[in-house]
Amino acid sequence: MMSVKKKGVLGDLKESLIQKIFQTSGLLAIIVLLGIFALLLYTAIPAFREVSLKEFLTSSRWDPTSPEKPEYGLLSMLASTIMVTLGALLIAFPVGVAVAAYLSDVASPRVREIVKPVVELLAAIPSVVVGFIGITLVGPMIAKIFNLSHGLTALNGSLLLAIMALPTIISISEDSLNAVPISFVEASLALGANRWQTLVRVKIPAALSGIIASLMLGMGRAIGETMTVLMATGNARAFPQGFLQSVRTLTANIAIELGEVPYYTTHYYALFAIGLVLFIMTFFVNLTADVILEKQKRKLQ
Amino acid sequence: MKKITALIGLLALLLVASLGLTSPASAQKKMIQIKGSDTMVNLVQILAEEYMAKKPGAAIAVLGGGSGTGITAIINGTCDLANHSREWKPKELDLAYEKGVRPRIFAIAVDALSIIVNEKNPIETLTMAQVGSIFRGEIKNWKVLGGPDQKISLYGRQSNSGTYSFLQEHVLNNKNYSPDVKEMNGNAQIIEAVTQDLSGIGYVGVGYLYDEKGEVRKGLKVLKIKKDDNSPEYSPLDKEAVYSAKYAISRPLYQCTNGKPSAAVADFIRFELSPEGQAIVEKEGFFKIGKDLMEQNEKNLR
Repeated sequence: MMSVKKKGVLGDLKESLIQKIFQTSGLLAIIVLLGIFALLLYTAIPAFREVSLKEFLTSSRWDPTSPEKPEYGLLSMLASTIMVTLGALLIAFPVGVAVAAYLSDVASPRVREIVKPVVELLAAIPSVVVGFIGITLVGPMIAKIFNLSHGLTALNGSLLLAIMALPTIISISEDSLNAVPISFVEASLALGANRWQTLVRVKIPAALSGIIASLMLGMGRAIGETMTVLMATGNARAFPQGFLQSVRTLTANIAIELGEVPYYTTHYYALFAIGLVLFIMTFFVNLTADVILEKQKRKLQ
Repeated sequence: MKKITALIGLLALLLVASLGLTSPASAQKKMIQIKGSDTMVNLVQILAEEYMAKKPGAAIAVLGGGSGTGITAIINGTCDLANHSREWKPKELDLAYEKGVRPRIFAIAVDALSIIVNEKNPIETLTMAQVGSIFRGEIKNWKVLGGPDQKISLYGRQSNSGTYSFLQEHVLNNKNYSPDVKEMNGNAQIIEAVTQDLSGIGYVGVGYLYDEKGEVRKGLKVLKIKKDDNSPEYSPLDKEAVYSAKYAISRPLYQCTNGKPSAAVADFIRFELSPEGQAIVEKEGFFKIGKDLMEQNEKNLR
């Protein structure tokens, strides 16, 4: 009797210990996120002792080391970030969804076995390598096609980010296409629809929220990408006039300036304020993606 | 709730521990950490290699990043020796003194800042005022200067660069750069861009103009500079003109320590200033330092 009871106590202890470990791991992720947010907020706020929030958000001139008058306007870089990101998605989304549809509906299992890992490998290319390709291959090609003197343009950045966003878009879109219940497909085919009609009118609409979520996650990836755009887009501070001009994104600006900035100066705090803006942007993009994915899960159950 | 507070405590403990590990203790090791100017990184790297070959047991690591990066590193105590191609800014000195850092500055070489264009560009000479106008964005087309009808494509360094600050102060007359300047990550990238861009113009340290064989890189044209409309033109490739200060945009390249350099660091600086070190400086395309600066260096070493 005694021994059994003892074992029970030990077992309970073990169980609650394991439970606590898992609980802590889960909590840790939340704490880290909140910690980063708090740190950003704490370091960003002092910037606004000298810079008005209005200047920060509405001025398009950023020149903190100017000998004339330091300026802290975010707008040009915000516009550049949005432009490069949207450009990337405009290219990557149609291609990504087409590849996902091909993988889930058309490709033979053998082809899929080869193509899928290759697509996933695409995600493993370091961003600095993609940037290098941008400088040496894609940039000069753009210069030649559009008859420009150089190819360090927003278009260059968009093309490269499109490549980097593709794996995310393809794999999540394909997963959501595969998650469409087979009964949907069978019903469609039974009603006389061919495979194309089934794909376009039944499967894609059913998987739409997942596909949109893949778009949002791809967008999150593109907004946050730093090294590639830093290398490929020329980093001119002017307000973007078009895809064939040099632009500087928010991420590139932080990477360029954080290394040199004297600590605890307005410039230093302002860079953290940019970081905060980026954090908020990617947070909402990812949150939207999550909400949409959750909705789809419930819809299909 | 209790759990969370305990966890935060644990995290704080970890943070403190990790801070303890990365604090100056690691810088105290034998390895001399040098950081800063991109213009100087190759030169100092070669000086360090020669020095290490002569003194077994010496270990020196040289990093780039820009003059501002080096100066910030000295202020924050994350390197032993900073390379910088511009002087300290008053703001940086204030910050250093506030933190108890006492910079000691040594001039180790002289650089002639070179204005480069593509070799196909017909322009040969510019005045200082013209270079200033170009980089301020006031002159936008090569036609104005007698070149082809092409939009000028500007290449420059990032604001952490000493070269960026030097040009802004001495050639742009402390006015803002044009926002259209494409900011490249170092001298080598500017050279790469200008060799490809027919209407490009950029500025680099003189040491970067040469390839391994000691010849000016292909695809580049190094412009001659006039102080003003009436003065004669000089090229940064003309040694005599730089030594006699006829070439208008030359500047000393500096290193600095926090307080009196340690024995190991002082020994390396002495090597750099020795005839042997200065010969390397010249071989790398830069210029030897003059008598006055050398005397100042001696004082600072003591």
